[in-house]
Amino acid sequence: MEHIEGHAVINTSAPPSEPARLVEDFTPELIDVGEHGLCPGCGEPIALRSAVEAIADLDVIQRTIAVFGIGCYTAFSNNLDVEVMQALHGRAPSLATGAKRAKPDTVVFTVQGDGDMVNEGLQEVLHAAARGERITCIMLNNGVFGETGGHMTATTVLGQRTKNTLDGRDAEAHGYPILLSNLVAQLEGAAYVARGAVNNAGNVARTKKMLLRAFESQLAGEGFSFVEILTMCPTGWFIDTQEAPGYLSEHLGSVHGVGVLKDRGEERVGS
Amino acid sequence: MTVTSQPRASRRLLEGSEAIAEAMIAAGCRFFAGYPMTPFTEVLEHMAAKLPAVGGVCMNAESELEAVGMAWGAAATGTYAATGSTGQGLSLMQESLAEISLARVPLVVLNMARAQGDYYQATRGGGHGDYRTLVFAPMDVAEAVELSQLAFHLAAQWRNPVLLFGDYYLAHTTQSVAVDPIDFGSVPAPDWALDGSTGGTGRARLVSPLGGGKRRDDVGYDLSEHYRDCAAATEEMLNRVEPLVDTAFVDDADVVVVAFGTPGRYIRAAVRSLRDEGAKVGWVRPISLVPFPTAAVAEAARGARAVAVYENNQGQMIDDVRLAVLGACPVHFIGGLSLDHSGFGIAPDLDVAVLRERIAAVLDGAKER
Repeated sequence: MEHIEGHAVINTSAPPSEPARLVEDFTPELIDVGEHGLCPGCGEPIALRSAVEAIADLDVIQRTIAVFGIGCYTAFSNNLDVEVMQALHGRAPSLATGAKRAKPDTVVFTVQGDGDMVNEGLQEVLHAAARGERITCIMLNNGVFGETGGHMTATTVLGQRTKNTLDGRDAEAHGYPILLSNLVAQLEGAAYVARGAVNNAGNVARTKKMLLRAFESQLAGEGFSFVEILTMCPTGWFIDTQEAPGYLSEHLGSVHGVGVLKDRGEERVGS
Repeated sequence: MTVTSQPRASRRLLEGSEAIAEAMIAAGCRFFAGYPMTPFTEVLEHMAAKLPAVGGVCMNAESELEAVGMAWGAAATGTYAATGSTGQGLSLMQESLAEISLARVPLVVLNMARAQGDYYQATRGGGHGDYRTLVFAPMDVAEAVELSQLAFHLAAQWRNPVLLFGDYYLAHTTQSVAVDPIDFGSVPAPDWALDGSTGGTGRARLVSPLGGGKRRDDVGYDLSEHYRDCAAATEEMLNRVEPLVDTAFVDDADVVVVAFGTPGRYIRAAVRSLRDEGAKVGWVRPISLVPFPTAAVAEAARGARAVAVYENNQGQMIDDVRLAVLGACPVHFIGGLSLDHSGFGIAPDLDVAVLRERIAAVLDGAKER
């Protein structure tokens, strides 16, 4: 194997010496098309996989409706064996509200990015939370508009360089990032609020638990549940793929802290 | 298709907004979402009061954006759903109405408009993309009761939004009407609707403005294919939905007057009163604005010396009238903005004597030609 600047590089100019063989297929059953068109190193597929695994683990797949926003992850709305309602940019929580109110026995969750949820549709998620809407909103937060090629969103941290904050996000010029989980947690109608990440195995496992707990909260009718998941976007961050997990911890993760912010179910059990 | 006459036995005195609310519920509407704005507010109030009793849900949305989103989400589960506003609120909903059309979701939308300035918005739509919505404009409460129900039937039949275009007079006029369920025939079973049940079966459903079904052999969407499919469905709908129109005295008319909605009712009275004096005038009142009754207008204009168009706006429907007349005779505009200080379209021009004069002037001009 060749090495360039210490990194192993697979030679793709000639066929491999022996054919690749499938040792084990780890693709969850609810993912129809394992391939995706997203960039190498993107965190969104891991986050989505965790969500559909949680749905499968809870055995609620035949009463689940996913409502997708618009972003890179939208490609998956077409490739999951989950019923999907495709929403407009920013508008998934109102569609999810309508679906859940019309069919109260379903499990309804949204999949949105930070641009979708915090920029375009902030009032949607806040009002859904305030109403205690019995839905689960999942925000994939990478701090940039990934699909447009790395532009500032409302969650971009101070100092972060994006295509429209070339010298880094400056509070004077661009304002401060919105820490959405912290906002949502303050609303009475929110029953469960957590912020996970998918930049290492520990965080992936932790995030999966958060997702399970959020869906359980919805099933128990506790109120609105919310899981924000920090995801890598090496393309939109303009860094090498392998640097992205560390970059996430140092930049995005240092402002948007990982952890459970609110768990009304636990509070009830504890009191 | 014509609007049916109402049975006398079950008539009650109802304000338009309440009658529309009851008619929607009679048609099977079980989800409504709205944001207050006069003269739509009263429909929202009545739905909030009446829907829970039949097991339905009425949502007080935080804005028109969420109102249409909630109705979209409910409609995508196969629930008969509606929303609405005035033209101003409908402006906010245009992005969603375009996408709902492209997602092929049936939805009923009320425009309790202020005057008639929203004709273009209603018939052309202010959203993006290659879509159309069916549009019906009742002239009074009884017609609104029937068209509200027809709207749900056609929305379900064609999987497309249907707009009911009313106004301040319609919402606030009290009239003796019967609100009985009307059977317009069967509609296709909503086998596309979401309830979660197909998840994990290898054929999970998708309701999306980006594609008509999931593609399991490839990544992402084929928008070219989907937009062509939607265009074909729209074309079939526009070709097969029969235009609704009310015409009278057109066979020997020298002047045919075209008007829709509330003003259409005043035009009918003005034309009748001129006829009583022997003037050869008639009317064509489009009840469906999309599809527009082009053939009826063309037929009426064939033997006429002139066509006159009344609208409470600067002249919008007159474009569709001209496209129907195709130069067979002159088309005159006898309308214009007629508002009170509130802008609600409580129009001083909606006066039979005023309208008579305008029609008579066109008749005099036509005779001189």
